[in-house]
Amino acid sequence: MESDKVEKLIEKYFEASTTLAEEEKLKEYFSKQDIPTHLERYAPMFQYFAIAKEERFTKQVPLKPRRNFYKWASVAAVAVLAFGIYFGNDYRQQKQAEQEKALLAYNQTKKAFALLAENFNKGAEKVAYLNEFQEAKEKIYNNN
Amino acid sequence: MKQAEFLNVVMPFKDKLYRLAKRLLVSSEEAEDATQEILLKLWSKKKAMESYNNVEAFAMTMTKNFCLDRLKSKQAGNLKLVHSNYGDEGATSLQKQVEARDSISWVEKIMEELPEQQKMVLQLRDVEQYDYDEIEELLGMKPTAIRVALSRARKTVREKLMQKHSYGIG
Repeated sequence: MESDKVEKLIEKYFEASTTLAEEEKLKEYFSKQDIPTHLERYAPMFQYFAIAKEERFTKQVPLKPRRNFYKWASVAAVAVLAFGIYFGNDYRQQKQAEQEKALLAYNQTKKAFALLAENFNKGAEKVAYLNEFQEAKEKIYNNN
Repeated sequence: MKQAEFLNVVMPFKDKLYRLAKRLLVSSEEAEDATQEILLKLWSKKKAMESYNNVEAFAMTMTKNFCLDRLKSKQAGNLKLVHSNYGDEGATSLQKQVEARDSISWVEKIMEELPEQQKMVLQLRDVEQYDYDEIEELLGMKPTAIRVALSRARKTVREKLMQKHSYGIG
């Protein structure tokens, strides 16, 4: 392609009135080595566009259907919850029964101690007679 | 639609999605994430996909919207997309190629500074070589608006490239 033709194309190019085919021609023209010096300044643009098209997306895309995950997670969550409620209730009842038992034992013990204290007091009263005996004995000794 | 079928539909244009995403988001990591997100969205809509007559255009529009949303949310959060595109694996060859020829990498930098709409038009037309009808559909713009944006974008790139050349900065 002659350089005057290229110049015209470039002019059209910057007015955005070139067709794709004409732009392709320009790209091809500037990909070559022997570019006249007055056109050289446009070369980086077209060379860059050509290179930029070479860039690739290299990452792998994980296309595993992930939506099932939520389904199973919800099933598991419900199972755990049901388990918790079922056995949690059991546990609570067990604990309540234990508390009742402990209260009963406490009351019984209290009763037993009360009984003991009562009898002990009775005993202590009887011991008071012994004191009288002692006093009488001392009187007898003193008189002698 | 089976996975293989889906891949057959998607494979031809997944690079285009990535390049558009990268053009808008600049960071290649962000662009990869965006592309992945779009492909997963497509995959979850695979049943409806058969009814679209142009899956590629649909996917490109999705990518465009996703990236613009992303940019908006980053701006709202007063954050800038950080990009440290250190070349690695497959990207190295391209990165090196670009860096080997300074003035070509300038074009990339200049394109980063363009307004988003011009960026997209330039990307779709000059890199991906879409015709005007397709660009109209993708960006939802009027034909005259597309031509104006394209002409402006091309001229801006030319101007800035000339400036760099005349300053002679390497």
